[in-house]
Amino acid sequence: MAEKITLSDLNKTLTEMNVQSLEGLKIEGDVEIDLDVGAGGVGPLFAYYFGEQAAKIAMQLMEFAKAVGYPVQNLMQPVAVAQAISPAPKDIAAAAAAVPAFKVASALASAKFSVGVDKTWKHPIQEVTLGATKADGGSRGHVVKLGGEKAMPFFPDAAMPHAPKITMDVFDMPIGMAKAVKMHYEDVINSPGEWAKKAVRDFGADMVTVHLISTDPLLKDTSAQDAVKTVEEVLQAVDVPICIGGSGNPDKDPVVLSKAAEVAQGERVLIASANLNMDWEKIGKACVDNGHVCLAWTQLEINSQKELNRKLMKVAGVPRESIVMDPTTAALAYGLDFAYSNMERIRLGALKGDDELTFPMSSGTTNAWGVRESWMVRSPNKDDSDWGDRMLRGPIWEILTGYSLAMAGVDIFMMMHPTAVAYLHEITQSLMGRIDAKTPDANAWLKMGV
Amino acid sequence: MKETSPLNLYKQLPQTNCKKCGEETCMAFAAGLIARTRKVEECTPLIDEKKYAKKLGTLRSTVAPELKMVYVGVGEKQAKVGGEDVMYRHQMTFFNKPPFAYDVADNMEEAKLIERVKKITTWRKFYIGKWQGVEMIAVRSVTDDPAKFAAAVKTVMANGNGFPLILCSFNPAVLKAGLEVAAKEKPLIYAATKDNWKEVAQLANDYKVPVTLSVPFDLDGLKSMAVTFAEMGLTDLVLDPGTAPNGKMLQQTLTNFINLRRAAVEEAQRDIAYPVMVLPINAWLTTDDPVRASYWESVLTAAFVIRGGAIMIKHSLEPHSMMPDMHLRFNIYTDPRTPVQVKPGIYKVGNPGPESPVFLTTNFALTYYTVESDVASNGIDAYIIAINTDGIGVQASVAGGQLSPVKIQDSFNEAAFDWSGQKYPAMVLPGMAAKFSGELEDLFAGKAKIMVGPEDSGRIIGWMKDFWPPK
Repeated sequence: MAEKITLSDLNKTLTEMNVQSLEGLKIEGDVEIDLDVGAGGVGPLFAYYFGEQAAKIAMQLMEFAKAVGYPVQNLMQPVAVAQAISPAPKDIAAAAAAVPAFKVASALASAKFSVGVDKTWKHPIQEVTLGATKADGGSRGHVVKLGGEKAMPFFPDAAMPHAPKITMDVFDMPIGMAKAVKMHYEDVINSPGEWAKKAVRDFGADMVTVHLISTDPLLKDTSAQDAVKTVEEVLQAVDVPICIGGSGNPDKDPVVLSKAAEVAQGERVLIASANLNMDWEKIGKACVDNGHVCLAWTQLEINSQKELNRKLMKVAGVPRESIVMDPTTAALAYGLDFAYSNMERIRLGALKGDDELTFPMSSGTTNAWGVRESWMVRSPNKDDSDWGDRMLRGPIWEILTGYSLAMAGVDIFMMMHPTAVAYLHEITQSLMGRIDAKTPDANAWLKMGV
Repeated sequence: MKETSPLNLYKQLPQTNCKKCGEETCMAFAAGLIARTRKVEECTPLIDEKKYAKKLGTLRSTVAPELKMVYVGVGEKQAKVGGEDVMYRHQMTFFNKPPFAYDVADNMEEAKLIERVKKITTWRKFYIGKWQGVEMIAVRSVTDDPAKFAAAVKTVMANGNGFPLILCSFNPAVLKAGLEVAAKEKPLIYAATKDNWKEVAQLANDYKVPVTLSVPFDLDGLKSMAVTFAEMGLTDLVLDPGTAPNGKMLQQTLTNFINLRRAAVEEAQRDIAYPVMVLPINAWLTTDDPVRASYWESVLTAAFVIRGGAIMIKHSLEPHSMMPDMHLRFNIYTDPRTPVQVKPGIYKVGNPGPESPVFLTTNFALTYYTVESDVASNGIDAYIIAINTDGIGVQASVAGGQLSPVKIQDSFNEAAFDWSGQKYPAMVLPGMAAKFSGELEDLFAGKAKIMVGPEDSGRIIGWMKDFWPPK
């Protein structure tokens, strides 16, 4: 039956009694009536008159049944019928009067919006200085300051004293890179010094990180003596503060990094990194003895991070102003949710006063290039929509990985792609209110003709 | 819901342990309500029996989300907007990922319009065992012509596959024309402003649709309008506090979003606790360079996916925008309370037999589903063994010791895999676990050959051509 009839239509039809027979009508069990609430509010009066209308139909059906000879009289108590069709009792009418019909207000209310700040944030993050100028016994042109925050990043509670910083990766031997990254470094891939210069001069890096990966016994197994030559080369090539990274080999890194720390004595470099699966004490002590900052690396686990920080301070004697944390960056689509919440929890814990966590954080944002979506030409899944141009997909993958973690509290980013570096810089500066630009009309998008 | 104790919710339940909800006890159901895994409506006695009416009322208001949930659309594609309870995801989880509404305009040629609608509604990408896609379409009135807008809305609906709509215009006559066509599908209208709010309030009432209140960069004004609408009985509201795409106003925009979320979930200010709309599309007003515009749109999307955006109007349909934005939203809205693991053991992909390879991976859901989809979508019949690494991926579990040759041996034993039934008994290690091959050759000597596969399972198809079957 495509035709729709209202209850009053049905009532009217039945009233006229021009119905000769109801064919195929079968009422089984309970009858459910769905009211389209969207078609109008169900107020008390509506409910009342709906009930009344239904009762009237029942009456009409009864009359009709009587007319065709069915003894319906016995089925219904007259009194109930009489009540059902009497005018709305006073209390129902009153309830109906209390629900006003829709009426457009004559004027806007005048309300004030206000909200407090987070009063549990009482403890600032430790400020850490990287690099040392001549005045402090080093040879850097300037220093980089991290930390000092009193609130979550970009929150209105307290301004961030220092903008997030970017240190660009330099490797001491050619490594496999995504095509979108490699094209920027092909000319310097065999010279860490030139590579560092390019990162600072052309791509605006705040710092550079020299990764001594050739010392890995599974790669070239170069000696600590060879490695320190690379460190010296980079220190001479650029005058920004530097970070020195090992190969990740837990047996060799303490040896290589200690030697590198000696050679860079006085430069206040960031030594990357100490972790619980190696001789962290040796690395921590090398930092203390040579005036460097120690990067404390753990794998996505807040309690391990506390443990390592505690050990570095209490056992190796690393002062508070010489610790930065790397709680591990799992990149966008490869576990970013773990990295994000781990860092956010660490930062919130620190602000609330957990003094084993009140340190600046570092992110290995370059990990974004390990995600297949950042570098693969096309999807291995044939049913995916087209993945488009990987040269455009890669940089945005690194931008969003870094930027999300900036929101969680990262102070310094290790990055590779120059476009990603530029965007991360621009958005973090923007959110600190440091970039002036004419804001377009907020409503213009409605009619824009893209 | 601020309540954290199941006991307090238990008091509002029938306490009969009738098991109709599937739980053994009412207390277990109460715990489910706290965890948001159960809904009040699933306690049928509470709903059906009049004597519980008061309890039902109390319970409903107790479990209501701190930030109101607004429904847009009808049917299975209906979008849930808002409904959040926490400021930071680790405090419980974010519940309803902000729907992405991609724009179309009423001045587009019909063929172009249909093409764009098709692109929006069919875009998809596989990730962790699920298809990701778009949720909504926003129809902008560029012409300001009611008839043209109505025609465009009709075309979108005819081709839109049931996607919920946002009807966008500040002209009440245009909105009305759109509603005449689309009201029964319950679109969200955009927007009531300080100039048109009376007419738009009337439309929202007449057509029973949710409405956006747009008062850019003025939270007092926005709250005033929300209060006014609520007093008129209109509470299906979405707030647009303005999205500045650049400059100092962008900082102000983020501050506004943070403050609105705080007011809703930390201070229980119910008169402003409505879902908030973001307009990443505004990035396109800052530049003529499409790559820059799409990158910046992604950056804005990320900011507000993380900090309080409940629904977004977006523009770029380029893969380099949609893929990162969808993954970021997926990651941030993943429930941190649920372990992202698959059951360890042997899985069959396709229809594997004696000539099929056995690929080895870990039980981290992301890793497992990635391998599975790479194998399945290329029509390869294979076994995959998911080793229990406590849900850690290959690279990290090789480094951390959760994946080891002995663990691999134990896993095959537990799964009782019958090597003798295989024509080419061989396991294929992930490239990142290559260093185990020597030790595994000793452990599986005489049983199975150890092969080293690619570092990324996306290259399994190429690897098969070169190395399978083994010589």
